[in-house]
Amino acid sequence: MTTTATPARVPAVEISGISKVFGHGTGAVTAIDGMSITVAPGEFVSLVGASGCGKSTLLSLVAGLESPTTGSVDASGHRVAMMFQEAALFPWLTVGGNIEVPMKADRVPRAERRRRVADLLDLVRLSGFDRKRPHELSGGMRMRVALARALAQDADVLLMDEPFGALDAMTRDILHDELERIWQERGLTVLFVTHNVREAVRLGDRVVLLSSRPGRVIEEFEVEGERPRRIDSALIAGQAAAITDRLREEVSRHA
Amino acid sequence: MPDTSARGREVRGLDALELRPQEGRGERGAAEALKGFWAATWPKLAAVALVLAAWQAVVWSGWRPEYVLPGPDRVLPALVAEVSTPEFWTAVAVTVRRALTGFALALAVGVAVGLAVSRFRPLRVAIGSLITGLQTMPSIVWFPFAMLLYGISESAIMFVIVLGAAPSIAGGLTSGIDYVSPTLLRAGRVMGLSGVRHYSMLVVPAALPMFVSGLKQGWAFAWRSLMAGELLVVINQQDSIGWALSQARQLNDADRLLAYIIVVLAVGIVVDVFFTWADRALRRRWGIAA
Repeated sequence: MTTTATPARVPAVEISGISKVFGHGTGAVTAIDGMSITVAPGEFVSLVGASGCGKSTLLSLVAGLESPTTGSVDASGHRVAMMFQEAALFPWLTVGGNIEVPMKADRVPRAERRRRVADLLDLVRLSGFDRKRPHELSGGMRMRVALARALAQDADVLLMDEPFGALDAMTRDILHDELERIWQERGLTVLFVTHNVREAVRLGDRVVLLSSRPGRVIEEFEVEGERPRRIDSALIAGQAAAITDRLREEVSRHA
Repeated sequence: MPDTSARGREVRGLDALELRPQEGRGERGAAEALKGFWAATWPKLAAVALVLAAWQAVVWSGWRPEYVLPGPDRVLPALVAEVSTPEFWTAVAVTVRRALTGFALALAVGVAVGLAVSRFRPLRVAIGSLITGLQTMPSIVWFPFAMLLYGISESAIMFVIVLGAAPSIAGGLTSGIDYVSPTLLRAGRVMGLSGVRHYSMLVVPAALPMFVSGLKQGWAFAWRSLMAGELLVVINQQDSIGWALSQARQLNDADRLLAYIIVVLAVGIVVDVFFTWADRALRRRWGIAA
């Protein structure tokens, strides 16, 4: 990947004082209120919060799918890709066809598309599954296809909205390792939303804890521990416990 | 890197475990395929036999004289005799050509209207319920008006076919587009699909299953409208199934009349089989087959 000569201190994503209000008048709902988060290039940031913390809204704002009511999101100079709770693959296309979609949108020539599909399938360890259809794969494999498709956008910023929430524990553990490997190999910047505090600590350089209704940043935690980390290690459990306590405190405020 | 390859084996192992139960499914021997074919066929054959038996029973009961209600023993030979004449094939060709032309016109109109309605909200508010209303309207109601507009001509029949079939096609397309999964739409936007590509690569294929249902229903309406049209708008000296039907009635030729009714039924079934096959192929591709 060609990286522009960006000095390391220029953030990849700069979220400054954003608010997002849905609806108007008395029915208006403030989803996000005055949130600021700075993400350095190559950083892995986990966002954790209870329901209604505006996590998904936040990612939509960063992806440019929606615009903030106030404040600004700056990811200029970066290509942003996004993954969802579901793999959201097109069921009428093969695995290879799905990975080609963003490249077709970018008018990448056919030969190059085929070559890059092969590379990406290799990267997510799905070589040989090119001609399969999404319904023929397991949930974990579909998620890897979705990851390959996101990377096919040539993105260096990856937004992930609870991508592993629906997977069994073993598949999830393996995908954590895989995501970590690909993040490091590709020098990606990742914003990873999850309900699962341990997952957030397992993966993140930093965990940002959000409040609910409206979403605000409560606290940020730097994660300690060398990579690769194990989700069942004492170090992860200890840090996760501290964050969970803080989260429970926040949740009980809404009782 | 031993670490990476160990991880790779883990991943491959898990994939293999998750996929294995599905792999056996597609493999079927010739004997099993034959068994499946028979399982699907015998109820149909039994139903046909039952209908023929009931029909013959009614005839034997003497409810109506046989020159008005002949039994299958007379109608089936009449059908065979009819099928071996060149006039029969001319008539079928004319009717099928009309059906296909009318359906193609209805398809063009239906797709244009369906796309327009799903694209522009005010248009939907304006004519959305009109489309539904038109679907429930018996198309035969249009014939007097069509004959006024076009005279006794094929155009009158086409006009009614389009009015009968296009609303279903438009309706299928609009609901297909309405029910495209919001997650897929979001994914499409994130991947930079916009304009024509948003439609050609995402919306149209995603709407296809419901669109095919609309086509199937549209065909049924087109076929009904056409039959009504050929009976009402009798274009002289032009062979067609409708013309043959009305001729047989005028000549009190009940054998031929019933033979042609069977032909109409058969064409309907053949086309339905085609649409069912298309629908099933699509579902299988999508992995939503039963």
